[in-house]
Amino acid sequence: MSTSSVSTSDPILQVTDLRTYFPVRSSGVVRKVIGQVKAVDGINLHLAPGETLGLVGESGCGKSTAGRTILRLLEPTSGSIVVNGTDITTFSRRQMVPIRRTAQMIFQDPYNALNPRHTVGTIIGSPMKVQRLQPPGGVRAAVQELMARVGLNPEHVNRYPNEFSGGQRQRIGIARALALRPKLIVCDEPVSALDVSIQAQILNLLQDLQDEYQIAYLFIAHDLAVVRQVAHRVAVMYLGHVMEQASRDDLYLRPRHPYTHALMSAIPVPDPTAQGTRERIVLAGDLPSPINPPSGCVFRTRCFQAADRCATEVPPLVELAPGHLVACHFPLTSLPAGVTVRADSGFVEQQPMVFQSPSEVVTDVPIGVPQEPMETGTLDGTVHPEHGDGSRS
Amino acid sequence: MSEPILSVQDLRVTFPTEDGLVRAVNGVSFDLYAGKTLAIVGESGSGKSVTAQAIMGLISRRAAQITGKAVFQGQDVVTMPDRQLYRLRGAKISMIFQDPMSSLHPYYRIGAQLVEAVRAHQQVSKAQAREQAIEMLRMVGIPAAERRVDDYPHQLSGGMRQRVMIAMALINSPSLLIADEPTTALDVTVQASILDLIAQIQQTHDTAIIMITHDLGVVADVADDVIVMYGGSVVESAPVAEIFAAPQMPYTLGLLASIPRLDRDPDLRLDPIPGNPPSLISPPPGCAFNPRCGYSRLVPDDRCQQELPELLAVTADHRVRCHIPATDREQLAREALASLATAPVGGEG
Repeated sequence: MSTSSVSTSDPILQVTDLRTYFPVRSSGVVRKVIGQVKAVDGINLHLAPGETLGLVGESGCGKSTAGRTILRLLEPTSGSIVVNGTDITTFSRRQMVPIRRTAQMIFQDPYNALNPRHTVGTIIGSPMKVQRLQPPGGVRAAVQELMARVGLNPEHVNRYPNEFSGGQRQRIGIARALALRPKLIVCDEPVSALDVSIQAQILNLLQDLQDEYQIAYLFIAHDLAVVRQVAHRVAVMYLGHVMEQASRDDLYLRPRHPYTHALMSAIPVPDPTAQGTRERIVLAGDLPSPINPPSGCVFRTRCFQAADRCATEVPPLVELAPGHLVACHFPLTSLPAGVTVRADSGFVEQQPMVFQSPSEVVTDVPIGVPQEPMETGTLDGTVHPEHGDGSRS
Repeated sequence: MSEPILSVQDLRVTFPTEDGLVRAVNGVSFDLYAGKTLAIVGESGSGKSVTAQAIMGLISRRAAQITGKAVFQGQDVVTMPDRQLYRLRGAKISMIFQDPMSSLHPYYRIGAQLVEAVRAHQQVSKAQAREQAIEMLRMVGIPAAERRVDDYPHQLSGGMRQRVMIAMALINSPSLLIADEPTTALDVTVQASILDLIAQIQQTHDTAIIMITHDLGVVADVADDVIVMYGGSVVESAPVAEIFAAPQMPYTLGLLASIPRLDRDPDLRLDPIPGNPPSLISPPPGCAFNPRCGYSRLVPDDRCQQELPELLAVTADHRVRCHIPATDREQLAREALASLATAPVGGEG
């Protein structure tokens, strides 16, 4: 999958200032609303036909809520969702039925996402039944064709989910999502419940299907390495907000947000000789409560370079380079120390670290105490010039 | 070298079930020394967790047949009477489980659970035990430990709960720590700090660690030696550098080729291992990996399909269970690693 293949036509998905809040109620007889969990707090996303947007973040960042809200499985609080030119933000369940032909979902857990009392044939054929579709040759033939396409034996059409392994069940879920030939599929952690040797099978299958049917994926995952393998563009979420969004290579080779840095430096690389040279940015403390998020920048309580300004001023998502959006007052300029990311053009980018000794600086940051900013560039009106990556062809 | 702290010899665990005999572990052997970390790598059903549970004496002898030996500090855990096991577990050998929520009792404050662990093995007063508990919580990096000691598990985040689990496992300074996927349920940033913590504690206490994981990144990070398990058997074992630089078993190669990683070209298609893991009730005849192995054609006379290969030493500390001739295996490894084209490592640091 190459980034150049993506067309610039009308987006298949346009999400504007989307918010999903869940009410927090008091216990007792009168369950008064006493607060709100701001699971998704104003995100903007767009997705072109045939494109994959990776949505990454740690548990509790709101990525799954965002995916479910976009398909109207959860109620949006405000904002707008436009799928294939139709604003579906306030559609009723009935109005959503035809939309489901365009937009489908693949779930994380292939054990709970399939009805154990239905045969595979019934499961994969149900979208056609709901939509009252009569494929030429009948539903059963269409189901078997789908099964063959996703790598299942079509003869197993009468078997039940418990007769299949985890990887095969995920293929069933994919076949079901594919049944209506959708243009958009929201994949919510589609491989994280699978064994490592099976993950690659499913990732390759998803890519092949995209090439064949020009499906756009909103690919939600916590694993940055998995997302890098499949996504054209990537958005990083933290506590309901998008912190950074960029093309795949920009994000992985030139991450600008401190949170993206922390994530990248935390991924263990399967290479024992490289481990010694890596510096880990250890985030202090825990994810703050989304009921009462920190003022200013939501990441500041764990950020290794937070300053006074971060507590008072919400950093806007600013375009620092074409297509590279960052929400930070003090964007960074190089890869985390020792983190080796291999580019597609075949050279290795390994830049010297910018801050003196990140591990010393950050490990003992007490929660909630802003630190002095480090000697990196600031965003005071001036956009940082391209930094030390002139070697990129 | 000194005596190993744990010596496992030909450990086998089978569970009789209605569907037949489940051969979960088929002859695992290894030695583990103080201060060293052994990583056991495998997929679900490979037998890695059952191996650990058998060493911990957690498998009911009524439910399973356990044979072989697991000699810990001169005593065989497999044949040890329960009464003796009670004194060992939690004191000399302890375990960190994958899921910190279901491994802590939801009704008791974490302090009470830690105090229980202390007083089960040490003759100390409740107040002294509580002091130890607070001290331990502080050591594993829980802020305001003297207050958090009175929290219930649900009041803590996943990472904090896992720290409590680690505190509980280490409070009696065990000489052997078994960590069964200790970071799998955690986010990467939390995983990083937990792995750092375990490494720190290992250094100060010279603890021997068995780290069970499916994540090769974690293996590269923490292990000294690695055992790769497949279908209940050890298929390869070697020092960590060798497993990654010169793997010899096609399954190990397959794992390395199939994982997405930051130091590889993202436009390079992943090379998955075809098929599914084997059944433990009716494993394929011959080598358990042969139905998924692309290289059995290199072996004449269908030996892979007929004959279980033995775990043989290729060098002093590198063992491989494979029929493919050694020269061919080395060639395969070179080709596979070259096609991975991972970034050269090291650098300026």
